[in-house]
Amino acid sequence: METILLLVSTETDGSLAVPAFEAAGAAASLAAALPGSQFLAGLVGATVQPGADQIAACGASRFLAVSGPDFESSRYVSDAAAAEALTREARATIVVAPATSRWNRCLPGVAQRVNGRVDTHVTGVSVTGGGIGVSRWYYRQRMEAVLQRATRPWFLLTDPGSQPPWQGTPGTATVHPLTVTLPPGGARTRVTGVKEPAADAQTIRPDAGLLFVAGAGWTKKQADGQTHVPEAEQLIREFLKLTRASLGSSKSLVDLGGEGQAVLSFLTHLNQVGQTGSTPRHPKGLSTCCHGEEPHTVGWRFIGERRAISLDPNCGWARGKADVLYVTDAFAVLRHANALLQKTNTFGLLVSPR
Amino acid sequence: MNNAYQIVVCGGIVPDPLQTLEPVTGPAGPALKNEMMLPAVLDPWASHALYEAAHLARQAPGTKVFLVSLAPKAKLQQVLMTVGQKAPFELVALDGPAGGFTEPFETAAALADAIRAIPGLDPARLLVFGGWESACRGAGATLQMLGERLGIVDQFQGVDELQLGADGAFTILERIDGGKHQVSLCAGPPAVLGWATGNLPEPKNNPQVGMANMRAIMPALQKAKPAPLPAEGVVFASVTLPKQQRATRIVKDQSPETIAAEIVSWIRQ
Ligand SMILES: Cc1cc2nc3c(=O)[nH]c(=O)nc-3n(C[C@H](O)[C@H](O)[C@H](O)COP(=O)(O)OP(=O)(O)OC[C@H]3O[C@@H](n4cnc5c(N)ncnc54)[C@H](O)[C@@H]3O)c2cc1C
Repeated sequence: METILLLVSTETDGSLAVPAFEAAGAAASLAAALPGSQFLAGLVGATVQPGADQIAACGASRFLAVSGPDFESSRYVSDAAAAEALTREARATIVVAPATSRWNRCLPGVAQRVNGRVDTHVTGVSVTGGGIGVSRWYYRQRMEAVLQRATRPWFLLTDPGSQPPWQGTPGTATVHPLTVTLPPGGARTRVTGVKEPAADAQTIRPDAGLLFVAGAGWTKKQADGQTHVPEAEQLIREFLKLTRASLGSSKSLVDLGGEGQAVLSFLTHLNQVGQTGSTPRHPKGLSTCCHGEEPHTVGWRFIGERRAISLDPNCGWARGKADVLYVTDAFAVLRHANALLQKTNTFGLLVSPR
Repeated sequence: MNNAYQIVVCGGIVPDPLQTLEPVTGPAGPALKNEMMLPAVLDPWASHALYEAAHLARQAPGTKVFLVSLAPKAKLQQVLMTVGQKAPFELVALDGPAGGFTEPFETAAALADAIRAIPGLDPARLLVFGGWESACRGAGATLQMLGERLGIVDQFQGVDELQLGADGAFTILERIDGGKHQVSLCAGPPAVLGWATGNLPEPKNNPQVGMANMRAIMPALQKAKPAPLPAEGVVFASVTLPKQQRATRIVKDQSPETIAAEIVSWIRQ
């Protein structure tokens, strides 16, 4: 019989973010599909009561927590100590947590401590014939496997956006606090802050309805034999401002920056989509001036509708990777699109969030 | 102050990303069709870890860089012909499977044994580097398990920058959710760092570095201990390729204006 522990961390105000509700949904469904299983929740953060109250009705029979100032920031030493204590106290055989950077960093190490096993980037959890099956992708989203494990505890980190969130009315949870002390001498690592672009320069928007991808073509010589990088930058910036789309890039485009060539100033490696970049989740994606090679398009695995603009009718997008390929000049299309958006964009936000 | 480190970079090999991959079921579970024939490269994020290690070694004289790799040794040898020209390192090889369907728990155990056996290793000066996720399993789990086995609780994942302070402390930038970096201050070694892309371009091939490395690479490959990785307790119910083909509509003879209007209306739907 399984004992399922939902493990979530709270935000600075003590509440839970969307990925935590998604993990709660997965844990609750798993508990429901395994008659006789036990279901507990474990919370970690500076304060936890608001978060526990948000999921008071999720079906967990006990709410355990490790809280206090030492557990506010996302840091291996404190998060691992907290998660280990919660796992042991719950006698968990299955631990479900969201695959956020915080839990991805520490839970594999916790699995090691308790002699368990871990699967990260889980995109599906199912029960067939009483056995738990977990879906995840291999070779950078190129093939999907369903696997089962005999070893317990088994840690499952569910990818944000892959699970329906638990929905229910908040209540009042009785939280059982655990005392966890950090190693003697305290932590040798201190989180000092977060580095992010200014709000108006932030181009990565995980909740955006549209992913806009810029490829290296924006920096290449155009029909007149010249490059037009400043105009490309201005067109893309304008388009992002008008649509609130999230900006992705091909590797070639971001790499050009490292080689000292003129590229779009607001791009970094964080924008890179693909094999050695990210695999974002958005309902729609628009690729521009990008060839659609396999190492790039594997990063589009979780993009719903896909359209591309490229001068090359034989590019990768044409070969079944996009729903629509527009063979034309992206500069001209964006000029017209921006004008159109500006003219009709009286209400600001056009792209409906997920 | 002793500023010299012992940097152990852990990196496996993966099929060249431009190859078409197809899963097959082998005697030991899932594998790739023609796996041994596919051209391979050093795992891309582990490559960045290697370049960053070489960069740090240049800043901290006396630092030694080791590359610990668990892979089929014949394939590893091929990959090292190029990788060996990128940065100076000493190879520690383990002969075992390199595929995505191996177990991080078992890989970590084999790597930990190999690292502990490095002669003269000073655990207090140890920095364990690697890629934050492999291009095969893509789990981002091995380094944490390895760190635990080596008793290291200062661990960082998705690292894009490590700055060495005058007092020997590190400022570390890690990728966190939503396109941001978390900044941490770590007192110094020992630490585990799973690298993302970092900030360094791929170094040019340097035949002199290659020759120096090669002298030690061949004996290290000969000494490679077997690491079979049986993936105990794991059953793969299925491994499938996604339905990739979309029926692409190719629009060729429309004006940019018409296309722009179509795109704008699509975005708004
Ligand atoms: C180990 C490894 C890992 C990799 N990882 C990644 C990864 O994570 N992400 C990634 O993206 N790539 C990755 N790649 C690289 C990948 O193979 C391609 O080289 C890269 O994606 C190409 O980028 P691109 O399409 O922007 O550029 P290009 O191939 O240069 O294509 C530019 C395109 O722009 C078009 N174009 C030019 N001007 C215009 C215009 N005015 N209007 C419309 N179209 C125009 C051209 O027709 C062309 O199709 C990886 C490669 C390797 C070996």
